[in-house]
Amino acid sequence: MDLFEYQGKQLFARYGIPVSPGNVAETVDDAVRAAEAAGYPVVVKAQVQVGGRGKAGGIKLAASEAEVREHASNILGMDIKGHVVRRVWVERASDIAEEYYASFTLDRAAKQYLGMLSAEGGVEIEAVAASNPDAIARLSIDPVDGLDESVCRAWVEAAALNPAATDGVVDVLGKLYDAYVDGDADLVEINPLILTPDGRVHALDAKVSLDENASYRHPEWDEYAATQELDDRERLAKEKGLNYIGLDGSVGIIGNGAGLVMSTLDVVNQVGGAAANFLDVGGGADAAVLSNAIEVINTDENVRAILVNIFGGITRCDEVATGIVAALGRVAVNAPIVIRLDGTNAEEGRAIIAPHESDRLISQPTMLDAARKAVELASR
Amino acid sequence: MSIFVDETTKVVYQGLTGSQGRFHGLRNRAYGTQVVAGTNPKKAGTDVEGVPVFASVADARDATGATASCIFIPAPGVRDAVLEAAEAGIEFIVVITEGVPAHDEAFFFNDLGARFPSTQLLGPNCPGIISPGKCNIGITPGEIARAGGPVGIVSRSGTLTYQALHEMTQQGIGQTTCVGIGGDPVPGTSFIDCLSRFEDDAETRAVIMIGEIGGSAEEEAAEFIRTKMSKPVVAYIAGVTAPPGKKMGHAGAIISGSKGTAAAKIEALEAAGCRVARNPTEIGGLMAEVVAAL
Repeated sequence: MDLFEYQGKQLFARYGIPVSPGNVAETVDDAVRAAEAAGYPVVVKAQVQVGGRGKAGGIKLAASEAEVREHASNILGMDIKGHVVRRVWVERASDIAEEYYASFTLDRAAKQYLGMLSAEGGVEIEAVAASNPDAIARLSIDPVDGLDESVCRAWVEAAALNPAATDGVVDVLGKLYDAYVDGDADLVEINPLILTPDGRVHALDAKVSLDENASYRHPEWDEYAATQELDDRERLAKEKGLNYIGLDGSVGIIGNGAGLVMSTLDVVNQVGGAAANFLDVGGGADAAVLSNAIEVINTDENVRAILVNIFGGITRCDEVATGIVAALGRVAVNAPIVIRLDGTNAEEGRAIIAPHESDRLISQPTMLDAARKAVELASR
Repeated sequence: MSIFVDETTKVVYQGLTGSQGRFHGLRNRAYGTQVVAGTNPKKAGTDVEGVPVFASVADARDATGATASCIFIPAPGVRDAVLEAAEAGIEFIVVITEGVPAHDEAFFFNDLGARFPSTQLLGPNCPGIISPGKCNIGITPGEIARAGGPVGIVSRSGTLTYQALHEMTQQGIGQTTCVGIGGDPVPGTSFIDCLSRFEDDAETRAVIMIGEIGGSAEEEAAEFIRTKMSKPVVAYIAGVTAPPGKKMGHAGAIISGSKGTAAAKIEALEAAGCRVARNPTEIGGLMAEVVAAL
């Protein structure tokens, strides 16, 4: 789960990382109040989870109430690469002497944590990594050992920052590491981490991605659920506990297991179609789950055919078949359903489907046959 | 032969008294696995259809000589369960549970590596391991597998593992061992761990490797295949059409920037001499050709 900048900054502040005084606002009046509390001049920043806000006109400096009103009214409601701005973050403007980059994430190849620190902040780190990889000081951290302060200091020195920033950066990195581990983040990134002319180090931006598997030990994350950038269908799927991602095609996909569903998307593509979604009902899905999955896909007007691809392990094909039949009885399904069942209780499942087979419910023996049939129906 | 497990493997089920643990533990026993014990601190002294339940893995091991563990404990308890098994001297730990926090995985993987270097962890979030006719630990439906080899299978995806077993069995080709390593960010067992053992296993003569988008494990495996493997490998990668930046179910299955794409993985595997199937059904046909030429 990705956080907005303001949520990331509030999280950083809880771990003691210096951030500028500021507040989030959903209206122009609230933006003015936030500016007055922070003190002029302020920066008004669009809160969207997409890069390139500045270039799109989503970040503006304001020295007075009139300027805050002007910029906030322009930015709120603005469309930045398909993301509508619903909130702005208003914070005291900072004087910048230098801009750095700092982050912690998992190095999956090494199976350890990776810290990255660079004197070349303020730009995309991928660009720095490509043009000048030596400008990034990397530190591999064993999760059992954690980040030792002396190791951290040596790392900061290796990054060749302004020596005046060393103590401040060591302090921020220690706190950022805690936010990463104790905060159960997949990624914490500060870009830029700035040094001010008077020698203070603080976070001017915040990028945080949280590990949703750890939500059971973070009740404070509940507040983020309301601000997730989900469309209505994604929200419906989430409420029903389904793993759904919307795509652009016309074949609705339901399967069990992430690998099999991804593979189904690929096979649909190979036979000339395009998937309307990724929907993984997970292991052990029963009739109710399948019925919910059909309902979610049924709200997508682009869907011209639905492909249900199940290989039963924990999941039992008879349960799946029962769910499909139940869904057909409960809602008017807009598109024909093509179903392929294999694995645990596949024969029982096919027997449940058989009496209901029609031009609206078609059983196919293999994944490839089912994909061909679904694509053919979708292109009619 | 088989890798990691065989007919002598004795398994303790951590979480045998829960619904999933009970269902699959008994299913594994019915398959022929030596299911020797379960653990539950509150139900020590009882049994699950004849399988004795102990308070701890250490007690279970002392009483039964268990060598492997299979964990069905809910995600919040997995970290402690893994460490408990390792501290009790269990050599092979299989974690079926999904939804384990990544920081827990990173911690226990590295802690095991430092304190118990000979302990092999498989998972979390994996279907387990099956050596057809000998031992089935986890949730793989045993009836779709076929004993006798000569094919070894290693896969990051559960249901695609079943699909591959099914394709082989349909072709009349047996399997030595099938390992589901799971789709999480820190898998205890890697592709390379399995490939190197298949390379050393006399009965395994060809290998199927099933990967997916995200990370660089397939590229690392390709390098291993290119430099260290003599046996033929048929590969399949799921997620060719997955858009960047979208987590497709598995915590590990995400394309970040230009990294982790299916195209890059397929290219690396082909450059390493693998035959790469374009869809799961093709795995069967390609492997049939490979086996016929052995």
